[in-house]
Amino acid sequence: MTALVIRGGHLIDPAAGVDGLKDVLVKDGRVAEIAGPGKLKQGNGAAGSDVQVLDATGLTIAPGLVDIHVHLREPGQGYKETIATGTAAAAAGGFTSVAAMPNTKPVNDSPEITRWMQAPERGAVVRVFPIAAATRGSKGEAINDFAALKSAGAVAVSDDGLPILKDGIMRETLAAAARVGLSVIQHAEDTRMTQGGSMNLGPMAFKLGLRGMSAEAESSIVERDIRLVQELRDSRAHLHVAHTSTAAALAAVRQARRNGLRVTCEVAPHHFLLTDEHVGFYNTNAKMCPPLRSAADRDAMIEAILDGVVDAIATDHAPHAVHEKEVEFENAPNGITGLETALGLSLRWLHKEWKLPLGRVLSLLSAQPAALLNLKGRGTLTVGSFADAVIFDPKAEWTYNARATKSKSRNTPFDGWTMQGKVRWTISEGRIAFSDPA
Amino acid sequence: MNPSATPTRRQLHPPPAPASPFPYNPGSLLSASDLSLDEISHILTRATILENQDPLTRDRILAKRRVALLFYESSTRTRTSFELAAKGLGADTTLVSSLSSSIEKGESLKDTGLTLRALGAEAIILRHNSSGAPWLLESETRLPVLNAGDGMHEHPTQALLDLRTILAHLRPGVETVTAETLAGVTITIVGDILHSRVARSNMLLLPRLGARVLLCGPKELLPELAAEAGPGIAIERNFDAALRQSQAVMMLRIQAERLAGQQLDLEEYKGNYQLTGPRLATQAPTAIVLHPGPIIRGLEVTAGVADGAQSVILEQVRNGVAIRMAVVERALTAPSQQGGRV
Repeated sequence: MTALVIRGGHLIDPAAGVDGLKDVLVKDGRVAEIAGPGKLKQGNGAAGSDVQVLDATGLTIAPGLVDIHVHLREPGQGYKETIATGTAAAAAGGFTSVAAMPNTKPVNDSPEITRWMQAPERGAVVRVFPIAAATRGSKGEAINDFAALKSAGAVAVSDDGLPILKDGIMRETLAAAARVGLSVIQHAEDTRMTQGGSMNLGPMAFKLGLRGMSAEAESSIVERDIRLVQELRDSRAHLHVAHTSTAAALAAVRQARRNGLRVTCEVAPHHFLLTDEHVGFYNTNAKMCPPLRSAADRDAMIEAILDGVVDAIATDHAPHAVHEKEVEFENAPNGITGLETALGLSLRWLHKEWKLPLGRVLSLLSAQPAALLNLKGRGTLTVGSFADAVIFDPKAEWTYNARATKSKSRNTPFDGWTMQGKVRWTISEGRIAFSDPA
Repeated sequence: MNPSATPTRRQLHPPPAPASPFPYNPGSLLSASDLSLDEISHILTRATILENQDPLTRDRILAKRRVALLFYESSTRTRTSFELAAKGLGADTTLVSSLSSSIEKGESLKDTGLTLRALGAEAIILRHNSSGAPWLLESETRLPVLNAGDGMHEHPTQALLDLRTILAHLRPGVETVTAETLAGVTITIVGDILHSRVARSNMLLLPRLGARVLLCGPKELLPELAAEAGPGIAIERNFDAALRQSQAVMMLRIQAERLAGQQLDLEEYKGNYQLTGPRLATQAPTAIVLHPGPIIRGLEVTAGVADGAQSVILEQVRNGVAIRMAVVERALTAPSQQGGRV
């Protein structure tokens, strides 16, 4: 039996409505007791006992963060990231649950790969929840066996990066996923409209002589998918829109919600902070898909986060090796890392600058994404739930140094940026997955 | 959740885009916008001096200095004039082209650049099919990089030689330029603006001297947002109306190699945008006609216009050598040394 006491901290658990000084007792990977300061009945960490004590005085204790959109690159691209290094970066960023997209090599479209990703040999330091491919090889043609994938541990299905374009296949995917209680996550991009594009279509792309990707390429797929959910409304199909980046797509989600549909969406930190101006002179670490958009789109992301339309902040952590990004802009692969910067950027900007209450920020990074993918016992710290926690100094300002990353890759536009809130410990199922007690 | 379709407006102060670190090397010429008016004046002045200088003394200016020409695309004018310019100043030049080098074997631009630097190249003149390639090459090598055309992006020495040509006709004798030098002058750029690096560099350069740039072409080749590329730029889709306002007209080739599947009705295009003798005579009888080349006779211009009295196309080519001598000299000599090595 292992036990851990987190003492003296300020617990914020938005799902449980807790916001106050609490001591937390962890036993066997679960939360065993929560009580006022010094009031724990059991295992109170008295000298001589076998209980490990973390002094969280002056720190915030929150449910471990949940990122429902990461790329861990295994199997197949271990030179970019491994499950071990990706989860180490997650832990450093305060994340205790990550949902891994299936665009691995080979594509995760089978129960075997889904199980392989969760095997202890992968060396994950936080929990990995595979998202399985919706169609065989993510080719958008033949639908996978969702029941088998779910029993192997898949928490959702998606052909991320290779969106399902055929209406019939998408409709069938939504219906089949609903039958087994899985969500369908769509990377909304009409790839027929974005051929050759490497950044947002707009004045900046024109100036840089780069072919653009239009906002309509995103919003038209979101609108199509919402129509399909509407047609299937009796089936309780759940559509989750990945990395929403345009005002038009958000407007469609907003309207779908008003119509009572199960449509949710996530926004990545880079889409609520940066615009296509941040591409500068061809910074490949500002290249991702969907691309950085106009200032109006970026502002719409902020507004939608503040007024509650956005269900989750997700990073779309997409590591690439240095040499892959040191190329001509249009030849560079899409994607940036994000696990280590999401909390620091969210606290710095959403909380400090735009005054979103701390509990709301943390909810967008834990309780809401956990609920969205039905991750039981995650995203909250109540007695009986998994002892997944992040303990951070909410006042600490620090500078992100990409070279010190735990990830194998350092393709981030946030190198040198000021972050708010320093993670001191990340606890995954009762084990210390990351510590920086500086 | 707030179901309001019009979210409340807050005063947001999101993080600004960082300042550009480019150019890393003061000798580089990546974009027409890198140059101050003083630097433009200096280049124009040096171009004239170098052009008129005795070749036997001129070739001591960069004697035995090493200049690499790195060409990922075919070129006649730009490559030859850069080469003649560098050689005219006494530099040793070497040409690396993508089809006869390790680029064919998959060597990256970074590695090619580092290799050229290790071989002793002191400056690299780069033509590349990808927009932005000169910025990558400069950041990796920190050498002076001269952009000889990058994808659909820029071609700054072309804009400088176009400026020299325009000044020779509209402001003879002027080499020291100011923000008013071309006040009252309208220059129309016609045709495939979308794919044109010549257009982009001219759009950045000419308005800074007070010129108005009119863009003219069909929607497929000239998106509305082109007008937002900078100040002093407007769109006039009616070719005759644009011509009537212009003192100079710059015709562009349709870049079939960059159309990327776009279909264009060439007969309709010619009807609307071809510069013909009668059209020029009625709408702009005194304007000069420029073309960066290569010309497709009978498409964007008729042979009669290309060879006609208003055409300055071959003057542009000649000015290219003079401008590129000044630009190569600038790349390899600190300002205090320029012209001082004779």
